[in-house]
Amino acid sequence: MAIEVRIPTILRTYTDGAKQVEGSGSTLAELFTDLEQRHGGLRERLVDNGGGLRRFVNVYLNDEDVRFLSGLDTPVKDGDTVTVLPAVAGGAF
Amino acid sequence: MLTISRSLYDKIVAHARADHPDEACGVIAGPAGSDRPERFIAMMNAERSPTFYRFDSAEQFRVWREMDDNDEEPVVIYHSHTATEAYPSRTDISYASEPQAHYVLVSTREEDTTEFRSYRITDGVVTEEPVSVVE
Repeated sequence: MAIEVRIPTILRTYTDGAKQVEGSGSTLAELFTDLEQRHGGLRERLVDNGGGLRRFVNVYLNDEDVRFLSGLDTPVKDGDTVTVLPAVAGGAF
Repeated sequence: MLTISRSLYDKIVAHARADHPDEACGVIAGPAGSDRPERFIAMMNAERSPTFYRFDSAEQFRVWREMDDNDEEPVVIYHSHTATEAYPSRTDISYASEPQAHYVLVSTREEDTTEFRSYRITDGVVTEEPVSVVE
């Protein structure tokens, strides 16, 4: 068993086109560090320099936005599904 | 070029008018790879703001999952500007992350005419494209 991670189109350049990859870890931060070993560059698109989640992405644990859980400290376990989506936003300026 | 039916065009304009002076936003889904906008989905603007829009993350999750299950993709991503022209702002460009999508901007700043324009936004580069409305 592992944690399934669903990757949006824009980030599939880091996963050789795969829509879905697998990883392991006990928190989201650990999972992203684990993914980075096989999918170099991916972590930087998800995590900002301050170690927080980038505002351009939404990350969901199963169907919950992790911003409403514990962000990158959210615990994850085998069998979970993590979904990454680009945030859709903008404005007049 | 964006080819869009008159009825979908009218739905975007009606949504933008209804939410004015707040920005309105939404998606038109279509079969993956087809470049055909077919299924209109008005989204909530989680910001409820005249100068900013953001899809509600929970609603976006449901809609994106549904598109995935239907083998669809977001063919059009639209939003309105309510006091400025229908051209992508710096914020619009920095967030744009669906390279295959047509980014439609409508401006409701004039009461009697609605500006309706479409763009590709790839790696921060904006390219305007013609819009063909078909009956």
